[in-house]
Amino acid sequence: MTPRKAALLVLGCPQVPVQTSIALYLINRLKKGGVTPVVAGNKAANTLLVVADTDRHYLGEVMDLDRAVAQISERKRDFDLCFVFIHNDAGVSYAATMGAISQAKLYTLVYGEHYEDQVKKIDFPCTTIAAKAVHNPLPLKKALDEVKPWDA
Amino acid sequence: MGCVESMNYEIVLRDATFKESRDYVKAHFSEFIDVQPGFKVFDVYVIGLPPIAIGLEGDFVIFPYTKPCHGTFLLRVEDQKEAARLRALKK
Repeated sequence: MTPRKAALLVLGCPQVPVQTSIALYLINRLKKGGVTPVVAGNKAANTLLVVADTDRHYLGEVMDLDRAVAQISERKRDFDLCFVFIHNDAGVSYAATMGAISQAKLYTLVYGEHYEDQVKKIDFPCTTIAAKAVHNPLPLKKALDEVKPWDA
Repeated sequence: MGCVESMNYEIVLRDATFKESRDYVKAHFSEFIDVQPGFKVFDVYVIGLPPIAIGLEGDFVIFPYTKPCHGTFLLRVEDQKEAARLRALKK
């Protein structure tokens, strides 16, 4: 039997509302596509998901972002796919880091009011999925649906 | 900040971009090393677009520390052993 693929979702600062919604949507699509999703974020970003999905209908493993970076850097763990949520400069930094330390196929999900400014900073190999989405997740959902990374 | 909290650090730059951090180190410290993301300084795995500049000034190590909500901080920490370890990597 082929082992299930695993995907890491690297959450950014949760100050832009669409992140939590798109993360849950992506987790669901990945699971339906036979991919095991693992979430890594800071305490606030993780807690938003855990509270919204108390019975864990969607969420699986949730880990601290610093711990995820440490484990991948130390070659103790890696993933087949990695999705990095970006709406600020720190998000681009985390994506570049994942591209450097992980063997995973890298996707950058870029959103927010000034998403184009962040897209311009991405000069490393990855598939960028971007849309001007702040409160309404549908533009980013549409961009994600066009790429269908869960079929990769 | 994890173990960073236990360090006696000085904040050189706060809420900066990775580029501002890199440019600052290269402009203000004659001695620096370029490392890759995931490189360990003290107990911190540095985050950013490669190459990431780490400054050295006597026994002080100047390195970026990135937080998802607050951008990149450039921290200055005195540690003779770590400065010597990083200096040795240049050779």
